[in-house]
Order: sequence, then structure tokens, then C-alpha cells
Amino acid sequence: MTELKVEEKILSANDRLALENRARLDRAGVHAINLMASPGAGKTSLILRTLAATRGRCTLGVIEGDLASRVDADKVLAAGAPAVQINTGGGCHLDAVMLGRALDELDLEAIDLLLIENVGNLVCPTQFALGEHRRVLVASVPEGHDKPIKYPSSFLDMDAIVLNKIDLAPYVDFDYAAFERAVRAVNPTAPLFPLSCRTGEGVAAWVTWLLEGMQKA
Amino acid sequence: MHELPITQSVLEIVSRHAAAAGAARVTAIHLVVGEFTGFVPDSIQFYFDLLSQDTPAAGATLVIDRRPGSVRCARCGHTYQPTDGQIWMCPVCAALGGEVLAGKELFVESIEVAYTDDRTQGGREDPERQ
Repeated sequence: MTELKVEEKILSANDRLALENRARLDRAGVHAINLMASPGAGKTSLILRTLAATRGRCTLGVIEGDLASRVDADKVLAAGAPAVQINTGGGCHLDAVMLGRALDELDLEAIDLLLIENVGNLVCPTQFALGEHRRVLVASVPEGHDKPIKYPSSFLDMDAIVLNKIDLAPYVDFDYAAFERAVRAVNPTAPLFPLSCRTGEGVAAWVTWLLEGMQKA
Repeated sequence: MHELPITQSVLEIVSRHAAAAGAARVTAIHLVVGEFTGFVPDSIQFYFDLLSQDTPAAGATLVIDRRPGSVRCARCGHTYQPTDGQIWMCPVCAALGGEVLAGKELFVESIEVAYTDDRTQGGREDPERQ
């Protein structure tokens, strides 16, 4: 019996393809954001709000990842932005191959900001790089303030954390200070954006962060 | 849930290294899986047994080295293992969080191979013969 050293990252193939996607986005001058969240946290609502708030300031494209259907892509198209739907057919996350295929279908020269809505799942998407420039986790008030304690790895490597549905705070037992404390324990630096896609409160700060990051890139 | 693509990737890596070494079959695979990756070793084994059928890695033993998470306190520098389901807090100075030193690992460390296919029918190696 012979032992052979391998020392190869299990996701190295995905990571390589993610770098190719990233290079392609950079060539086209597109800044890409990977949006991750539980199902129902409001990723699509955030995209629609962002679309409305950035109109005239940047041109947005959207990639929608879901297990099935094109409900989300149709909403974005109806709101006037180019959108590509990826159906993973049961897969719990997007990967770099899927993103590469979706990029084929988008006119990258026509956009400068790409929002990628990952499959609704707080665990799996965080492990798979797509080629994005920044990673954003969307949490929401009804999910409870203890999510960062239950799912630390989901908050760990995020560049920003959005807390959606703050308009529901009076109706549920959500302790904002406890949430912020739990986020800070795993991620001391990512900006935190409490907002409501329903009322629009807090959306401006999020949009400012998005646009400022594009200029730096 | 995502153990399936992970296991496919493991099999691809293992097959490539075994073929490059001219090995006839793979008898063991050593994986390092960090606690923060969220991968479930039992599921990896389950998928591996399915996917490796009819490959040189069929019947190989998966040895998973599960690395606990380790965090270095940003305030006092003490290194500690966060307790699952509790806020990350330094047990020495009570500061929150810190720098993750370990727990994100996810790689194939090594494989054990044989250069002749002396497998008897039925797969797994008889431990008495080693």
C-alpha cells in the first residue's frame, strides 16, 4: 500500500471556474454581488427596490437562482431590467458552472452592476464561489435575532449584511441589539443595513454602499 | 444537502491523482473537513459509496479528519474553540468573536493506493490481509 500526498482543495475546480467568471465580469466592467438568504427573507424584493433606487445611476442586470420556476426572473423583467433565470432542478446552491452559463445569456456590455440571487438556503451557497466581487447575506426580522448564532458560517465571510423587514419589528420578538451583537461575534467588519423593502426605510444606505463599492472596483 | 457535488469533486480529484501515479486502485482517502464548512461526513460516505461503484476507488475507505473551529480573540489573543450554538465569546476576556484560525478546511489530504488490482469480489479490503 502506498500513500500519495494530494493536498488539493475539494472545491478547487469550482474556485477555478469562479476566477474565470470573475475575469470575464472584470473585462466587461461589471461589478457582481452574490445575494444569499433563507427562502422568504426578501432577496427578490431587495433586488426590485435596488433596481428602482439605482435607476439613472447604474444599469442593473439580474441572475435569479431557484430550484424551479421563473417567477422571480419575470418579476425583474417586468420591472425593466435584464434577467436570466437559473433553475437548479433541486440543487441547493448556485455554482460557478451555472453562473458561467447564465453569463452567456446576459449582454454584459449593457450592464454595470449584476445582482445574483442565490438559491434560498442559509448553508450551502456560502461554500461555493461564483466569481462575485462581494458577498451579501440578507437576513430578516421574522427569522429571529439568533440566526448568526445558529448559522455562524453563513455570516462569517460576508461583505455586508442586510436585515430586511424591520417594519415587522413591532409584531415579533426581535431584539436588534442581540442580533447586532451576534453578527459582530462572527463578522466584526461587514456593514449592517437594517431596512424594509416594503416601506423603503433604510434602502438608501444600502444603495450608497453598493454604488460606492462599484466605483472602487 | 450539497454533499453530492462535494463527493463528485472528491472522486474526480482522487481518480486523477491515482491515474497520474499509475495506481490500479484506491484503498483509502483522507479528507480534512473543517467544522465551519457544514459538511456532514456520513453523507459524504453515503454518496461516495454510490458514486465510486465501477471506478478504481470503489470500496475505498473514507477517513475524515474533522477539524474543530478555532478562533483567536481579537482583544487578548487567546485561542479558543467556539461552542456550537453559542455566541462566539472569548472565555478569558469575554470579548466577542475574533479571527478564525481553523474550521474552514476542505481538502483531500492524501490517498492510499495499490498498484495491482487484487481485490476479491465484494469490495472492501479484508483488514486481516494488511
